[in-house]
Amino acid sequence: MKRVVITGAGTINALGHDVDSTLDAMREGHCGIGPLEFRDVERLAIRIGGQVKGFAAEAEFNRQQMVLYDRFTQFTLMAARQAIAQSGLEFSGELAARAGVVLGTAGGGVSTWDDNYRAVYEEGKNRVHPFVVPKLMTNAATSHVSMAYNLKGPSFTVSTACASSNHAMGQAFHLVRSGAAPVMIAGGSESMLCFGGIKAWEGLRVMSRDACRPFSANRNGMVQGEGAGVFVFEEYEHARARGADIMAEISGFAMTSDASDIVMPSKQGAAHAMAGALRDGAIDATEVGYINAHGTGTAANDKTECMAVADVFGHHADKLMISSTKSMHGHLIGATGAVELLACIMALRDGVIAPTIGYEEFDPECALDVVPNAAREAKVDVVLSNAFAFGGLNAVLALRRI
Amino acid sequence: MDVRTKVIEIIAEQAVLEPSDVTMDSTLADLGIDSLGMVESIFAIEEAFDISVPFNANAPNESDFDISSVATIVAGVEKLIAEQKT
Repeated sequence: MKRVVITGAGTINALGHDVDSTLDAMREGHCGIGPLEFRDVERLAIRIGGQVKGFAAEAEFNRQQMVLYDRFTQFTLMAARQAIAQSGLEFSGELAARAGVVLGTAGGGVSTWDDNYRAVYEEGKNRVHPFVVPKLMTNAATSHVSMAYNLKGPSFTVSTACASSNHAMGQAFHLVRSGAAPVMIAGGSESMLCFGGIKAWEGLRVMSRDACRPFSANRNGMVQGEGAGVFVFEEYEHARARGADIMAEISGFAMTSDASDIVMPSKQGAAHAMAGALRDGAIDATEVGYINAHGTGTAANDKTECMAVADVFGHHADKLMISSTKSMHGHLIGATGAVELLACIMALRDGVIAPTIGYEEFDPECALDVVPNAAREAKVDVVLSNAFAFGGLNAVLALRRI
Repeated sequence: MDVRTKVIEIIAEQAVLEPSDVTMDSTLADLGIDSLGMVESIFAIEEAFDISVPFNANAPNESDFDISSVATIVAGVEKLIAEQKT
């Protein structure tokens, strides 16, 4: 089996338009959640979110590109550009033939669906733009990355709701580890912050109207975010041979399914996924210093996740740190694991643990060190990144300092 | 149809019971309605009476709308109709 390392990272999200600004914001415990700005927002009960502000797509893409790029594709291409530039890789010949792209998204081109349904239903138009389908399809972003960078190996999109990008990065990890591809572009993107996207979530009554406060006794729901995180996963010897700057090693990955409920999380499914990632990476539980939690800020997730951590880690659960950066960037749904992987890299590489902000009240059902409100300096060797999706589909990545 | 009869009909349908099996002191848990069923019942109530019910599944006990029994739900709906339909 090959070893797999990360040699490039890129992002755009509510905290920043690149990795450095995002990590600075996490270090400072900055909150990227604020009033949503889009058409008909006044008809929503939920009016806050982690929206990407100050992003002028027209300045980045030409007219021909704009008619094909939904916002989730725009985010993906911005993040991919940063990640691939950082890696220093250029794709040609044998490398181009074997390298591919695996990205996660839950909804794909949600605002393209929204805009065009509005046109035909509300405005009564009988004609839509010819590129609606290639713009909204969930694999659009993956395909545009493959085209932009000449990646001709295995490429596909993974859609498992809130675990999409962890599942995607896990697939990319497997492809590199098995030797099937020397390099994979991996991560995820989401952009559901439009009237129809939020209206649908509102119906479930799990959204907070004021803040995302994971693990806090007074938490009252999730807050949605948007954006993308994209990484370059590279085979270790390939990266070393060319003198690449290695950010971290991906050492384990596991997936489980609760097989129980379409929305309620299960302690057992989450615990098995974490334990599986440790086993896969030959990691002793006591080596884990930090867990980037799924930590949605809902009543159900946070207590279930804490119970699962206690089950897997036993006494060590009281020594490790666990935080939810969703408190800062919101829940990016299918992209969330990708943006949260940045906090894992910061913990390993920079020795800075991102905080859980908005933490106000101790909850005996979440009695772990949740790194409340302020970042902390700590040297950690191994971290986990949790993602537990609606539908009971769980995916956990384990990373090691290198 | 009065509020009480309609609310019982909605809850009975959700619980897959006859309306006669639903009593005013039944709780939703007694009737086998889980959190997802609760959210669906509230949606049906909003549609039936054209009202908006303040309810957050994360903090059901802190919502203004008391869902502890069929009787409290009926009382809550009557109050919301009075507030929102005048």
